[in-house]
Amino acid sequence: MSLTTEDVHKIAWLARLAIDPAKAESYARDLSGILEFVEQMSTVDTSAVPPMAHPLDQAQRLRPDEVVETNQRDRFQAHAPLVEAGLYLVPKVIE
Amino acid sequence: MQWESVIGLEIHAQLATRSKIFSGAATAYGAEPNTQACAVDLGLPGVLPVLNGAAVRMAVKFGLAIGAKVAPRSVFARKNYFYPDLPKGYQISQYDLPVVSTGRLTIAVDGEEKTIGITRAHLEEDAGKSLHEDFHGFTGIDLNRAGTPLLEIVSEPDLRSAKEAVAYMKKLHALVRYLEICDGNMQEGSFRCDANVSVRPKGQEKFGTRAEIKNLNSFRFVEKAINYEIERQIEILESGGEVVQETRLYDAAKDETRSMRSKEEANDYRYFPDPDLLPLEISRAFIEDVRGELPELPDEKRDRFKLQYGLNEYDAGVLTATRELADYYEAVVKAADSDPKLCANWVMGDLAGALNKAALEIEQSPIEPGRLAGLIRRIADNTISGKIAKQVFEALWESGETADTIIDQQGLRQITDTSAIEAIIDGIIAANPQQVEQYRAGKDKLFGFFVGQAMKATQGKANPAQLNELLRKKLQ
Repeated sequence: MSLTTEDVHKIAWLARLAIDPAKAESYARDLSGILEFVEQMSTVDTSAVPPMAHPLDQAQRLRPDEVVETNQRDRFQAHAPLVEAGLYLVPKVIE
Repeated sequence: MQWESVIGLEIHAQLATRSKIFSGAATAYGAEPNTQACAVDLGLPGVLPVLNGAAVRMAVKFGLAIGAKVAPRSVFARKNYFYPDLPKGYQISQYDLPVVSTGRLTIAVDGEEKTIGITRAHLEEDAGKSLHEDFHGFTGIDLNRAGTPLLEIVSEPDLRSAKEAVAYMKKLHALVRYLEICDGNMQEGSFRCDANVSVRPKGQEKFGTRAEIKNLNSFRFVEKAINYEIERQIEILESGGEVVQETRLYDAAKDETRSMRSKEEANDYRYFPDPDLLPLEISRAFIEDVRGELPELPDEKRDRFKLQYGLNEYDAGVLTATRELADYYEAVVKAADSDPKLCANWVMGDLAGALNKAALEIEQSPIEPGRLAGLIRRIADNTISGKIAKQVFEALWESGETADTIIDQQGLRQITDTSAIEAIIDGIIAANPQQVEQYRAGKDKLFGFFVGQAMKATQGKANPAQLNELLRKKLQ
């Protein structure tokens, strides 16, 4: 499978990564190389193998429904660039 | 051209757990911003989600109540998108292996029953809240809601009108409250709805292009938004245009839907299994254990009310609309130990009217079932007339007294003593010779005049049936 530069721009947008347009072509080449490498696995016949959701063959453990966390807002917000009235402030998301 | 609308609903029910779906932070509504958002909810590096067993139990309970399949194995997946109130950059949800699939719910519209398919119900976490009020050009983020457990319930496109959609939503709303898995508070967003709406020429099998209307938080808005959207799409098609597949927002103030997202930002969620969570396995024993906890469901209760209390379909339906109302009614019947139909009339009539006027829910009723039953007992045994009962009802509402005390204190006991009523009638006949003569000459309408006089003389306390009978006899 080989990626076009258009694919590279789309993936970068979805991941919110800024890339240098001049490098898009080399990214496309490198990423395609990685995909081709992984693609070798599709030559193995897996028709009799059920799909796996997790590499560990175990089931999810359940937690009792208890409130065990306390309010640590001040500590968490000490790292935030901007807070007001207990809210995290971010650049306006809608007009 | 005749058009047919096709509607499917996605309903998000907030599960009534104490703690979040993947963390031990509280879910209580209305706390100070960000005081219930822990490291897991904030998506800080190094944290791991651990699934809340109560949320799983509630999802299974719902699945059993709608006759659905409960998956022995289901998987959590990441739904990837960027938005400031989603700190991890993905929402943990379920994708191709949901916990509940293929159930059904029966609704009734205009006396017609119809079964609506439920495609799936899956567990997921809620996002935080974005506050767009003016924070000097910034948006405020409150992450208290982030990580609150949701059950997303997706219907088949089986609904054909806004009315059916509302009936389905109400039925589901009653069900989750019966099951006590969701408080159903729509104002607080505990129960919200997105509607997929399309139209097609009547008789055509292929669905038309649909639009999704987001965040409808009241039954009324669901109805209005869907009706608006149907009209909008028909107008486009009839003028030769094409409906665009898009997300739209309902503006209640303008009663219209409008486009929410532009096409170039078409969603690409890139779902994949969440490596932080193992598959959820649900054993037969667990399912049977939950089945044992199922309460009597709304339809079962309605059928029992019809059978046990001799109520008609309508009354039984109204009285079982919520578990609280049904419990109240049954408590009244038990305490009154008399005519269940009379009890139904008082609960659905005067009491429901007074509650509605005072904007109170049944569980906030100032009249407890026992005191209402006390009133009904006195109607049933003829101590008071139906008319006087309304007066006693008002006093019950205002004071904490029992019906018997009110009747005694205000001297409202009905006069059923024949000789006492006769004496009053004799007096009226003697005082109104002209009217008596006219009546006897054939002016039947005057009968009402005599009844009125007698009621006035007894302050409304004469037994009406007895009074009528005696009057007729005396006036002959």
